[in-house]
Amino acid sequence: MNQLPPEPPSSEVTPQHLYLSRREFMRNSAFTLGTAAVAGGGLLALVGNAPPPDQAQAAEAEAPQPEPKDVAALGRFDTDETQTSYRDITTYNNYYEFGVQKEDPVRNAHALRTRPWTIQIQGAVAKPQTIDIDDLLKSFPLEDRVYRMRCVEAWSMVIPWMGFPLADLIQRLEPTGDARFVEFTTLSRPEEMPGQRQPILDWPYVEGLRLDEAMNPLTLIAVGLYGTPLPNQNGAPLRLVVPWKYGLKGIKGIVKMRFTDKQPLTTWNRAAPREYGFYGNVNPDVNHPRWSQATERRIGEFARRKTLPFNGYGDWVAHMYTGMDPRTLF
Amino acid sequence: MPRPYGWHANLPHPTDCGRQLSALDRAMPAWPVLSRLWRRRKRREPVPWLGPGIFLGGLVPLGYVTVRAIQGQLNANPIAQIENELGLSALVFLLASLACTPARRFLGWTWPMRIRRQLGLFAFFYATLHFLTYLVLDQFFDWDAILADIAERPFITVGFAALVILTPIAVTSTNGWVRRLGYQRWLRLHQLVYVAGGLAVLHFIWRVKIDVSQPLTYAFILGVLLGVRLLWWWSRKAEAHR
Repeated sequence: MNQLPPEPPSSEVTPQHLYLSRREFMRNSAFTLGTAAVAGGGLLALVGNAPPPDQAQAAEAEAPQPEPKDVAALGRFDTDETQTSYRDITTYNNYYEFGVQKEDPVRNAHALRTRPWTIQIQGAVAKPQTIDIDDLLKSFPLEDRVYRMRCVEAWSMVIPWMGFPLADLIQRLEPTGDARFVEFTTLSRPEEMPGQRQPILDWPYVEGLRLDEAMNPLTLIAVGLYGTPLPNQNGAPLRLVVPWKYGLKGIKGIVKMRFTDKQPLTTWNRAAPREYGFYGNVNPDVNHPRWSQATERRIGEFARRKTLPFNGYGDWVAHMYTGMDPRTLF
Repeated sequence: MPRPYGWHANLPHPTDCGRQLSALDRAMPAWPVLSRLWRRRKRREPVPWLGPGIFLGGLVPLGYVTVRAIQGQLNANPIAQIENELGLSALVFLLASLACTPARRFLGWTWPMRIRRQLGLFAFFYATLHFLTYLVLDQFFDWDAILADIAERPFITVGFAALVILTPIAVTSTNGWVRRLGYQRWLRLHQLVYVAGGLAVLHFIWRVKIDVSQPLTYAFILGVLLGVRLLWWWSRKAEAHR
């Protein structure tokens, strides 16, 4: 009754030397994989870029995925080149207020509160005032502008901005005869802008234009992108767009405009005067002291393309610099 | 009545156990072979799993960047990101290989010395991939632009110089080359890695636009690793004088 099943035949029993070798093999394999995991994990922590956190991913997923602007509707300032994807424009940003890595702005900018928001108008204008952003948005008809954007780091995008010409705003402010330059200042709010807690640049960010540059019909105050409101990482609620200059001139999150008779000391000019001047005009013949500006990589393209003088906007802007040495306009 | 020990200690063993062999069990004939390989390695290598482990782990940065590139998970400028990650991997391995000797002298560890050559070769491997990325993906064989870069841009000049220095060191990394050159000459050649390390860090510092905190961290580590060697050298000279 209490019968046990028969012993398995000896051929089914693992011989001892195999049994031991299997243990040795497994132990060594385990140690190998353990070492690999520790070494590989350490390397990834040092080298690999962490993917954006869920919050940013969720925000990105919810974001509108707009259609490119219809080519037939292009205006005289618009380029008909392929527009860079909304995703690339909103995830690959230089906005050091939120960190120096390209992915940092999309990761960190959601914490910025863009309402209430006011812009102080100071200096040589008939009506110094503080403008609320919502009043400003109601004051001017918004238009779409498809511009090339050339970063000083030798990459470029084609961005369908939405905004209004800065000239319209300046005309309404009635600058006085002393107004020769406009100085722009970004918001200073370290509790919402983690990059400002570190002395990467001399905060807050300051940029400037000569008054004729500011009045040029190309110069835009952008409040949107692909027909939708500007995401925080791209400079919400309003930013400057100066398409014939390197991207660093396009100051984001503006809270102050000051009209002055002296050339403003801009942030990058102060940080590295040998590398960044006041003008920042795109020029393939004047290299950055450390890298070439002759070519650029258009985001989304494989081959480099030649950089154009004034980023291809010479017809509109070159006359402003006649008689000036182009080598001093970096 | 269950037997207290032996084959039938707890569970009656099914007679058809042969058919229930797992995949691992079926691979059993391979184990004695692999195990013998491990044991043969062990005669030369007291820690036989260390080298293979570092080898697998060292391929992780390459694997990670490759997988993300294939899946389109790199950022909007994937070529720059590949370039950066491969270059940083090379620097990490270079510093790791320079840390082996101080680890032995200060901590008494001998195992880092067993993987020093491997770490150095990984540094060369990643430096080469970094350069090839620049050559093929970034510039696409635009030789004029590349030559201009190497000649005119100091950060590229020093980076390229570091790779040039690493090349003969990597080639002569075998035991055979130690014998062929003689230890003293071999050592002299391999001490050029200190120069390569300095150039690599300089390459990193000069490349960064403004925030040099990360490259300076690596520069500091390199400074410590080279500084202790300078101290040893001085104390050896002082002893020789006495």
